[in-house]
Amino acid sequence: MSSVSTAARTGLARGGIELRQTLTHAADIWQFVSPSILLLGTIFFEADATVPGTDISLGARTLPSALGMGFAFTGLMTVAMLLVVDREDGTLLRAKATPNGMSGYLVGKIVLVGGMSAIVLAIQLIPGLFIVDGLHIDAFGWFTLVWLVPLGFIATMPIGAMAGSLLDGPRNLGFLMLPLGGLVAISGIFYPITSMPGWLQAIAQLFPIYWLGLGMRSVFLPDALTTAELGHSWRLWETAGVLGVWAVLGLAIAPILLRRMAERESGSAVAARREKAMTRAV
Amino acid sequence: MTTVTGVLESGVPMPVDEQVLDVRDLRMRYGTKDVLQGVSFTARRGEVLALLGPNGAGKTTTIEILEGFRKRSAGDVRVLGVDPGIGGERWRARLGVVLQSWRDHGKWRVRELLHHLGTYYSVYSTAEFPRPWPVDDLLETVGLTAQSRQRIAQLSGGQRRRLDVAIGIVGRPELLFLDEPTVGFDPAARRDFHDLVHRLADVDGTTILLTTHDLDEAEKLADRIVILAGGRIIADGSADQLSLRVAGESEIRWTRDGARYVHSAIDATRFVRELFQQYGDAITDLEVRRASLEETYMTLVRESEAGRAHEAASTFQEAL
Repeated sequence: MSSVSTAARTGLARGGIELRQTLTHAADIWQFVSPSILLLGTIFFEADATVPGTDISLGARTLPSALGMGFAFTGLMTVAMLLVVDREDGTLLRAKATPNGMSGYLVGKIVLVGGMSAIVLAIQLIPGLFIVDGLHIDAFGWFTLVWLVPLGFIATMPIGAMAGSLLDGPRNLGFLMLPLGGLVAISGIFYPITSMPGWLQAIAQLFPIYWLGLGMRSVFLPDALTTAELGHSWRLWETAGVLGVWAVLGLAIAPILLRRMAERESGSAVAARREKAMTRAV
Repeated sequence: MTTVTGVLESGVPMPVDEQVLDVRDLRMRYGTKDVLQGVSFTARRGEVLALLGPNGAGKTTTIEILEGFRKRSAGDVRVLGVDPGIGGERWRARLGVVLQSWRDHGKWRVRELLHHLGTYYSVYSTAEFPRPWPVDDLLETVGLTAQSRQRIAQLSGGQRRRLDVAIGIVGRPELLFLDEPTVGFDPAARRDFHDLVHRLADVDGTTILLTTHDLDEAEKLADRIVILAGGRIIADGSADQLSLRVAGESEIRWTRDGARYVHSAIDATRFVRELFQQYGDAITDLEVRRASLEETYMTLVRESEAGRAHEAASTFQEAL
C-alpha cells in the first residue's frame, strides 16, 4: 500500500517538476510551438475554402482532425522518445536503483506527457477558434471529449512505451516517424479518408490516429458533415471499441516489455551505450 | 593459485545481523564463458571492502549481481540477509549505489534532484537510519552547497561525480556500492571523498564495497581487500596480510656518517639486525618499507595468470 502511495506521490512531484522544466526551456517550448504554428498557418489559408458540398470551411474540418492526430502523436512519439533517451543516459538506471523508483518514473512520465498534451491542445484550439468559423461544441460534444481524450491517451501511450522499450537508441527513433507519417497521410487528417482506395481505408481504421481524428471532428463539427465520413456517421461506438482494444492490448503488453527493458539495465549497460555514443560523436 | 584467507572465514563466527554480505560459490556464465567460477566472500557491518582485479576479472558482474541488477547462474548470495534476485523495495531502500553518471537529469537543479530522490526513502525511515539524509546537510557533506541551485548539465566533471555520491547516500544506505568512485577527482576532492568514506563507515556503520584501479586508494580506504582474477578470488585479507603472503622485497633506507643508503632485501628484519650489529649507533634515520599493495597485487595477479596458463597447457596436453 505504501508503495502505491509513494509511487503516486513521487511520480506526481516528478511529472510536475519535469513539466515546469519543459516550459522554461527554450528548445522544448519551440518543439511544442513550431508544429502548432504550422498547423494554425495551414488552417488559416484553408479558412476561405469550404468542404465540398457544404458551407463549412476546410480549416474548420482540419483543426479537430489535427487535434486528434496531435494527441496520438504526443502520446506515442513523446513517450517512445523519452524512454529511449532516459534509458540511454542512465535516468532509468537511477530510477531502478531507487526504492519504488520505476513506478515513480512511470507515473511521472504519464503526468508529463498528459500535461504536454493538454498544453498542445490549448495552444492549437484556442487560437484556432479565432481563425476559423463553424466550430461549435454542445453538451454531447463535451461528454464525448470527457471519455475520448483519456481513452485516446491510454490507447496511444502504451504503444509509445512498447516502441520505446524495443528501439535500440535515439537514432532509431526515425524508424518510428516514417510509418507514423504514412499513417497520418491515410487517416483522414488532412485529406478526407473517403478519397482513399478501400485497402488504405482498411489499414487506417486499424490504428488509433484515424479514430481520434474522427472523434474530435464529432465533437466540434455539425452532424451535417458526416456526409464526408465513412458510413455517413461519426461512429462513436466503433471509435470507443477500437481505442478500447488498443488500450487493453497496450496495458497488457507494455508492462511486460517495460519490465524486460528495466531488467536489462545495469551500470555496464549504460556504460556500453555511452562508449558507443562517444565513438559515434568522434 | 595463492588464496589468502581473510580473518572472517577462519575466525570466530559472526552474528547473523552483523553479516551484511554473504556470497558463497557465486557462478556466472554467459553462453559458454564462465565469468565467475565460485566466488565466496563476506563482509560485516561497517567494513570497507575493496574489490580489485584486472579488467574482465568479473568485478562489475559481481557488483551488479549484489546490487540486484543482474541474475546469477548459481550460488548462494545474501545481501543484508536477502537474496538480491528477489529483493523488494524495502530491501532496495537500504542499499546505496553510486552510478557513473553521464548526462541524466541535465535540466534538474542539484538541490531539486537530491530533494526529489530523498522523498522516495522517507517511508523507509527507521530510528537507527533516519531517511532521507537532510538535503542541505548532504550538500555540505559532499561539498556542493555553492552549486545547489545550478542545473546539473552545467556541473563540472568532478562536481557531477560528487552529485553521484550524494545520490548514492541520500537514502542513508546500510550498504553502499562504489564503482570507481574517484575517477576525475582532483587530489583535494579525492581527500574529501576519502574522509567521507571513513565517516560513513565509522560513524554511521555503513558497509562499503568499492571497486577501483587506484591501489593506493584501496590501501588507504579498505579494511579488507578482495582480489578477483579470471573469475576467481585469488586473495582476501587486509593490505598487510596480503603483503605478508607475498615474498616481496622490502626497501631499507638509512643514514651512516652523513651518507644515505638504500637496500632491498627479502628478509628486512634480518638485514636490519645485521646492520646494527655491524655499525650500532652510527645508523640513523632508519626506514623500512614493506612491499606496497601495488607490488603485492601485481605479484598475485601474475601468479594467478601463470597458474591459469599452466592449467590450460596441461589440459591441452591431456587432450592430445
